[in-house]
Amino acid sequence: MNVIEFDRVTIEIGGQVVLENASFAIEPGEFIGVLGPNGAGKTTLMRAILGLLRPSTGTIRVFGRTPQRGDANIGYVPQVRTVMPGLRVRGFDFVASSIRGDRWGLPTLGRAYRRTIDETLTAVGARDLADRALSDMSGGERQRLLLAQALLGEPRLLLLDEPLISLDQRHQESIIELIGRFVRDRNITVLFSAHELNQLIGALDRVLYLGNGHAALGTVAEVVTAPVLSKLYGADIDVVHADGHIFVLSRGRNIERSGHLHDHPAHDRARHA
Amino acid sequence: MIILLMIVHAMLEYDFMRNAFAAAGVAAVVSGLVGYFLVLRGQTFAGHALGHIGFAGATGAILIGVPPVWGLVGLTVAAGVGMGMMGERVSDRDVAIGVVLALSLGFGLLFLHYYTSFAAQATSLLFGNVLAVDRPTIAVLAGLALITVAALSAIMRPLIFASLQPELAEAKGVPLRFVSTAFLAIVALAVSESAQIVGILLVFSLMVGPPATAQLLVGGLWSGIALSVGLALAEAWVGIAIAYYTDWPVSFCIALLSALAYFVSRGWAAYRSPNAQVQAPREPV
Repeated sequence: MNVIEFDRVTIEIGGQVVLENASFAIEPGEFIGVLGPNGAGKTTLMRAILGLLRPSTGTIRVFGRTPQRGDANIGYVPQVRTVMPGLRVRGFDFVASSIRGDRWGLPTLGRAYRRTIDETLTAVGARDLADRALSDMSGGERQRLLLAQALLGEPRLLLLDEPLISLDQRHQESIIELIGRFVRDRNITVLFSAHELNQLIGALDRVLYLGNGHAALGTVAEVVTAPVLSKLYGADIDVVHADGHIFVLSRGRNIERSGHLHDHPAHDRARHA
Repeated sequence: MIILLMIVHAMLEYDFMRNAFAAAGVAAVVSGLVGYFLVLRGQTFAGHALGHIGFAGATGAILIGVPPVWGLVGLTVAAGVGMGMMGERVSDRDVAIGVVLALSLGFGLLFLHYYTSFAAQATSLLFGNVLAVDRPTIAVLAGLALITVAALSAIMRPLIFASLQPELAEAKGVPLRFVSTAFLAIVALAVSESAQIVGILLVFSLMVGPPATAQLLVGGLWSGIALSVGLALAEAWVGIAIAYYTDWPVSFCIALLSALAYFVSRGWAAYRSPNAQVQAPREPV
């Protein structure tokens, strides 16, 4: 059974079409890199999978069901992380807040949950963060905490929205390595959105490219080609292979870095509508 | 130690002092508890505004012959619910809150204008008059405190989750707007309590000073709440004691202790971890 199925899905936000008639299916245990310029709908896609947004037409199935808010099978690291840098809350309490955080009453934790948190923190190499204040942590350390929290409760699907943002290269690599290992060991399906394809190439199974309201899913060799991406973005795209890296260029500019293309598809979309 | 006991004993000889300690104790516990979450959520401005809105409620109540505490409670709770309904966009909301805050003070002034013997009443509303608290008022304060603590206990778990990680909480099914609205209604009750002791203008000294100090000193959630409540209680009681022996206004003494504790602990936090951002600009919650 597929973990995620999109069948002719159209999603609109405030009258703007973010995804149009998209169909694709993701299988268990796949590491999917979700790519595309800013505003292409990466976050929207994840919010739809979480059941926070309903498609205007088409059907979304997650584990064979219509997505419901609060599905315990899904671990999530949101992109807009309102982590206050001045917050002097212990790492442990920060992670613990998400355990059954949707229940009413006092936030008491049983011993079993405390052990689960300890184990998960250890698994992501963040055991030493449990007693430190959030305000004293680096971006990479906070990212590990968020990852630990997403892994609590043994989810079968992980949605990671730009987990590499604001991390230096060394931390980026260690996060990718960590997630890759979890996926293999526990057969978890991962949607990992990023700005840059190259860092992920070693870890991912397939890529989901978003742009101009469209989605293209396939292996890197299938999707990251000039014809596919040109069609997707509605612009002339060059794909350059150099030294094991792949560069996606629009009129000579690296679109993944500049985000330049973001404006043009929006205009195109308006014209077609 | 013996001298301390004698001092306490001497103060408690008087009925009005016993009432003052009881009322301040109840209000301080509620303020320290609710204030912890107010500071955690970065909504101190909303707490401040609720006090000012309460001024219009209290003066309006006096004008129509209702005990001011009910006007205070009624209007602040209504305003708290209104603010909660306005949603999570703090930047827009703070402007709207500011406008309503000023309007409320204006209405308060208007009500006082029609209420002839206003000077003493206005001073005690604005700056508190804990030494004039009577037993029925203590009963009202205790009743409100029970409701406040019970309501806060009921929403505490999702409140903490929504405060620390709103995006994730939303994804996990926490009704953010309901939690935020319920919390501001609870804050309104706590503000009403605190205003009885230190007055509308100085609610911060009990609701923000102690929790902000606690959050600088300890990182644990439970230890932070306990310290916040303990500090609020200590500052309120020691403040009354200082006022008793110096004849300074009680609210001034509490405000002074609150500020002292906060700045000393800031200095301590900066000394302990010089690289940490003690008070960094934060994202809206």
